[in-house]
Amino acid sequence: MNWLTADRLRLLVPALSLAVLLGAVFYLQPRSMSYVGLNLLLNLAVPITLATIAQMLIMMVNDLDLSMGTFVSFVACVTATYLQTDPWLGVLILAVCIAAYAGMGVVIHLRNLPSIVVTLGMSFVWGGLAVLMLPTPGGTAPDWIRWLMTSKPPIVPMAIVASVLIAAITHWLVIRSAFGVVLRGVGGNERSVQRAGWSVIRAKALAYALAGLFAVLAGIALVGLTTSADANIALRYTLLSIAGVILGGGEFVGGRVSPIGAVIGALTLTLAASFLSFLRISPDWQIGAQGAILIVVLALRLLLNRREAREGRQ
Amino acid sequence: MDTAATSRDMLAVNGAEKSFGAVRALAGVDFVVRAGECVGLVGHNGAGKSTLVTLMTGGTKPDRGRILLDGQDATGSYGFAAAREHGLRCVFQELSLCPNLTVTENTRIAHRSISGLGWRRRAEQVIRQKLDEIFPGHGIDVGTTIASLSIAKRQMVEIATAFSESEAKVRLVILDEPTSSLDATLAGQLLAYVRKFVGAGGSVVVISHILGEILSAADRVVVMKDGKVVAERPASEFTVASLVAAMGSVVRERDAVRPARDQSGQTPVLAQTATGPEPAIGFVAYPGEIVGLAGLGGHGQTRTLIGLYRDQGGDWIARRDSKVAFVAGDRHVDGNLPLWSILKNLTLTLLPDLTRFGLVQHRAEAAVAQQWRARIEVRTQDLDNPILSLSGGNQQKVLFARALATRVPVVLMDDPMRGVDIGTKQEVYAILRSEADKGRTFVWYSTEMDEICQCDRVYVFREGRIVAELRGADIAESHILAASFAEQAA
Repeated sequence: MNWLTADRLRLLVPALSLAVLLGAVFYLQPRSMSYVGLNLLLNLAVPITLATIAQMLIMMVNDLDLSMGTFVSFVACVTATYLQTDPWLGVLILAVCIAAYAGMGVVIHLRNLPSIVVTLGMSFVWGGLAVLMLPTPGGTAPDWIRWLMTSKPPIVPMAIVASVLIAAITHWLVIRSAFGVVLRGVGGNERSVQRAGWSVIRAKALAYALAGLFAVLAGIALVGLTTSADANIALRYTLLSIAGVILGGGEFVGGRVSPIGAVIGALTLTLAASFLSFLRISPDWQIGAQGAILIVVLALRLLLNRREAREGRQ
Repeated sequence: MDTAATSRDMLAVNGAEKSFGAVRALAGVDFVVRAGECVGLVGHNGAGKSTLVTLMTGGTKPDRGRILLDGQDATGSYGFAAAREHGLRCVFQELSLCPNLTVTENTRIAHRSISGLGWRRRAEQVIRQKLDEIFPGHGIDVGTTIASLSIAKRQMVEIATAFSESEAKVRLVILDEPTSSLDATLAGQLLAYVRKFVGAGGSVVVISHILGEILSAADRVVVMKDGKVVAERPASEFTVASLVAAMGSVVRERDAVRPARDQSGQTPVLAQTATGPEPAIGFVAYPGEIVGLAGLGGHGQTRTLIGLYRDQGGDWIARRDSKVAFVAGDRHVDGNLPLWSILKNLTLTLLPDLTRFGLVQHRAEAAVAQQWRARIEVRTQDLDNPILSLSGGNQQKVLFARALATRVPVVLMDDPMRGVDIGTKQEVYAILRSEADKGRTFVWYSTEMDEICQCDRVYVFREGRIVAELRGADIAESHILAASFAEQAA
């Protein structure tokens, strides 16, 4: 049982739940078992996945981002307006956004503020800016992102290629690279990282900036799918992204995160919505049913965690 | 005392003063570590050792005084990074690895220079080599996360990490209670390595409450009291008794060997039948007894205690009249409520008794807390201070009071005296004994021989089960060691 380490066991639950959900969807709607079908099923997962990764990077340093939904909405508005009409200005705005995220990390660390409060406040800022920019739904997606999001790679649909790519890149960045180790170390034991001579402020700023970058990518990808934007387009991403991280084996504190798990978690959440539609459950009940699926999966994980803890004792 | 710096002084602290609010932690301390020597640093809790260590590692700046590195004044630019660059490493009393990372990844955190492609392999090499060197046969897989290692193994990893080298040479290692979770064999391996390291020109500062360890490892012993250095002599001129005398607490004679009790007619308060191969010895505890769980660290003692607790307390719904209370060893994880006051921490398990109509009776709560404060001598001005304002030993005393204040007949203790100073220990021993005489039962897992010798009856654990039961005059270091090692020696 040596290969079945604690970390791999953590990935097993999300992977199995995704497989079970996928099987159920295929059973209910066999036609979805095709290139087009899979693409339709998982298309919307790409921005959710990116937002989940962004949330994961924040949770990695023991914080929580409650502004994820409004921030992604804001980025979507920027993408559908400035990035389309005035690319340089658009890029500049997005760069400033990423810097703002880094700044948020610094302020939260320096002033020892609860991240929940700071990001909740920021969510109103992003939301307000988005409404100022696009008071009514509108805008147009830049052609290149439209092309990218609707591209049809051979054999495997774009959504799956994108998910695998995102998982691979972030896994390398967070788990494999020497730099990612320090970032996770901050989540695990800030003092020990500090005593080893690292700058915790810099590490937090980096983690937040990376999160900002992935959230920006999420907003751009979203507009690539929807072709236009709206100030409220991604509000549910806040909770979806947190649920995705937790579903994928991450923890709220302690720097225990898994990028591959987070991607799988985001895919599972997207599929759960489709699964419920295929079951013809009325939309009134869907959110409740989605919650029920979440509870079942998390309960499974709890059982595994207990086993792990028992084995870890001695 | 000669405070002039010479080139052999690797690190010197001159006239350091440091205050935290009204508390004067350091009151003008002179401390020197020379190349090629091991300095023992001893003192009561609150003597200023921890502050001095924090100062040397760059965690805080002195209010007054200087820090010299190789005779050069470095006070202004001193910090974590400067200290590390100078080859200074520290193993802290509170284990300070990242629990979510693997052993290898923690090595990477400790060494900035291990980065770029192939860093994992290099880090693995560095830490594995050092572990093999200090603790041969350690059995630690460097790919496991720290959280899934036992406390002893974590401490081994931490020690090896401190001594490991990449590009910067390690010149001075500060070991703050390095053996608190290690059993005698591992502690011996560590002390042997310390002597080797010192012999090769390195410097070590050892802080330990186990005075025999200090005397055998150190060349020179510095005794601190009330933020000052009160004695400094070669280790050979000290004995355990003279060290304790220098620290200001009085050596108490060990209790005379307690006669074995006749328990044939009594009904046990706790019992667990034996499992596994011969010789299978079941666990029993009788009223008014202090039962010790001995043996090498991590051989099933903690698991047995948790098992006993689970058997008695409900897993889901707390019982109205619980039979057992638990005093945790890892007070940061299992004991303290860090945001609560001393008072609230103390009365936690008593709340059902102090409640009327679902409301806590604050006056009764305060009365109970005051009574226990006096009995166990918690050193604080105000019980409403946060629990973390107390020193470690006093925090542990509050946790003891939390268990003792209840009416439960059995108290389970999971090596609760880890890192507690001798004076506090003696006080707690006396309280335990008087409580036992009143009919309470204690089940006490301890890694320290002195504590085991305080017990009425001792079970020795090896490889997860009880291998010997000792009582009365049989409770002696030689018997316990023999039982702990019997098979491994063959």
